[in-house]
Amino acid sequence: MNRRQLIASVAAMTTISLALPGWAQEDPLKVGFIYVGPVSDGGWTYQHDQGRLAVEAEFGDRVETTYLENVPEGVDAERALTQLALAGNDVIYATSFGYMDAVINVAAKFPDIKFEHNTGYKRTENVGTYDGRFYEGRAVTGTIAGRMTQSNKIGYIATFPIPEVIQGINSAYIHAKKVNPDVEMRVVWAYTWFDPAKEADAANALMAEGVDVILQHTNSTAPLAQLQQQGKIGFGQASDMASFAPSPRVSSVYNNWGAHYVKSVGRVLDGTWQPEGVWGGIGDGIVAIGEITDAVPAEVKAEAESLRDKIAAGEYHPFTGPLNKADGSAWLADGQTATDEELSGMNFFVEGITAELPQ
Amino acid sequence: MIRLVPRTETSAFWQIATPVMAVAATMLAGGLLFAIMGYDPVSAIRTIFWDPLFGPAAGYSRQQLLVKAAPLILIASGLAVGFRAGIWNIGAEGQYIIGAITGAAVALAAYPAPEMWIFPAMVVAGALGGWAWGMIPALLRNWFGASEILVSLMLVYVAQRIAAWMAFGPMKNPEGFGMPGSRNLQQYPAASNPELIAGTGAHWGVVAAAAAVLATWFLMSRHIRGFHIRAAGTAPRAARFAGVKPETLVAFCLGLSGALAGMAGLFEVAGPAGQITDKVGVGYGFTAIIVAFLGRLHPVGILLAGLLLALTYIGGELAQLTMNLPAATVQVFQGMLLFFLLGFDLLTRYRLTRRVTA
Repeated sequence: MNRRQLIASVAAMTTISLALPGWAQEDPLKVGFIYVGPVSDGGWTYQHDQGRLAVEAEFGDRVETTYLENVPEGVDAERALTQLALAGNDVIYATSFGYMDAVINVAAKFPDIKFEHNTGYKRTENVGTYDGRFYEGRAVTGTIAGRMTQSNKIGYIATFPIPEVIQGINSAYIHAKKVNPDVEMRVVWAYTWFDPAKEADAANALMAEGVDVILQHTNSTAPLAQLQQQGKIGFGQASDMASFAPSPRVSSVYNNWGAHYVKSVGRVLDGTWQPEGVWGGIGDGIVAIGEITDAVPAEVKAEAESLRDKIAAGEYHPFTGPLNKADGSAWLADGQTATDEELSGMNFFVEGITAELPQ
Repeated sequence: MIRLVPRTETSAFWQIATPVMAVAATMLAGGLLFAIMGYDPVSAIRTIFWDPLFGPAAGYSRQQLLVKAAPLILIASGLAVGFRAGIWNIGAEGQYIIGAITGAAVALAAYPAPEMWIFPAMVVAGALGGWAWGMIPALLRNWFGASEILVSLMLVYVAQRIAAWMAFGPMKNPEGFGMPGSRNLQQYPAASNPELIAGTGAHWGVVAAAAAVLATWFLMSRHIRGFHIRAAGTAPRAARFAGVKPETLVAFCLGLSGALAGMAGLFEVAGPAGQITDKVGVGYGFTAIIVAFLGRLHPVGILLAGLLLALTYIGGELAQLTMNLPAATVQVFQGMLLFFLLGFDLLTRYRLTRRVTA
């Protein structure tokens, strides 16, 4: 089947559903998801699947959801997306960055289907994007880290030197420094999103350097397990990781995609969906701060929660000047805040972080 | 009591019958697994093996079968030549990755030049890259007696690191907002590997796979080198007396399978995948080992086995979509296939006899 035949068959299906308006209204909206990992990964894909379940809980019989899990980025993505489209899905959520060009290609062949791509930056007439402002969460956990460290050394297990991760490191450092001027930030590049063995090694390497509070961008619980053995603390990432509460997991930054999926599917249902670039933070409910446990003193908890609420209300931006870049050059003047364009291309550390940033 | 008695020569009948029996046993055991998991086994098997060929969306999935099978067949054709000689290249995945990188490097260096020579040059560069990566275990075996099994396998992990380095470093798309991954070659006409005839799904990789089947068939059954390979595999000492140099065969087999794997990598990166990322290797190099054995190391067998494996991938996706079967079932299926094949393989070399013990 070539593109023209594909479009023709989709057009035929549309005609049929228009010709039978009664049926079309009773038919549930078909919502498809494509996942890069298994739904049981307890992290990234698990959180997206929780979002899918939130859509089912919200809309009940009005929607029907399906998913394809474990679809590698690359050669298989375009076929898997086409299969979802041919299966009659009306809206398709592609939940990994590496699906980007495949989404654009498939969306061009199925102009009547709505696509949303997670963490990407390419949009067309029927492709929107959505992402979380995870740096907002890092401001809160960075504050806790700055207050809790005894050694004045905090560590960050980073994944890859991409803007989202650099934002997170900068935000954590800025807010740790704000409450503890003596704080130092150590960064380990794990070059993986999920690899328990490597993440455990990274945590141990940081602790060997005297770090006693670790923030992680990787998605497994392995660093928390290492922290537990040595009586040090850290934070849940991607999912809440509540099984390690109250310590070593003293709080968490987790992805609550359901907040976006419910809103987006609702718009498709009432016909107001537009291909937008959604970049939601704590205020939108996409970025959530897990419960701050009693392992943290009450005044630190109150301070962190107040920061969280200010960010959620839009009263405070985590990147507010004065801020300089690590090379000493000026970035933001006093009171000036970073633009979204600057943030989405961020490729530098702020002043004070001495760790190496691979280019 | 049932006993195994060695056959004096391998059975031609069982050579053909065992893969068929392995497929049938996989369907049975798979069906049993689905039943235990609470799915209807008949409709699961039908969804995986029948619907991609004759189901409602078969027009699309039939052509995807070719796209998915092409790299498997291309790689397995090369591997089988070596396996026949007892030369075990387990690292085709690494040669695939390096071929993708060297091939894409030509395109990225030429970008945005529109010349016609760019794509052919990429194919040559991809083959050379895979060949060079295959020559490392070959030379280490010839010079130092290092096991090509271990060296070729270890080099897969080195290749993966190189791919990650390329995606985050030298090959990163300068217009990609700092995100990893090269330019998308699908969007660069002189370098892309598109569908050749609309509606067939066939890109240059499919053509190359067909050519590889023909060429390896000719090599193995009509060419003196093929005779040497078969001789070295079945009777190494006799082959040596007949003047076959093991060093030459090692270099030839690892070089050939490396070059074919490298070409497969290039066709994928210029076609279905589109770009160099840290995940450019998706396991074709390992799955091709199953394809080679399932195809009895014979070119025609490999062709059929490649299509069958592609069917399990695409049918597995359909089963996920229509029946909510977990994705891991596809991997279980492929694993079962190899397991049963190796099990039934016993019958080609042994026969079962009943002996009544008093």
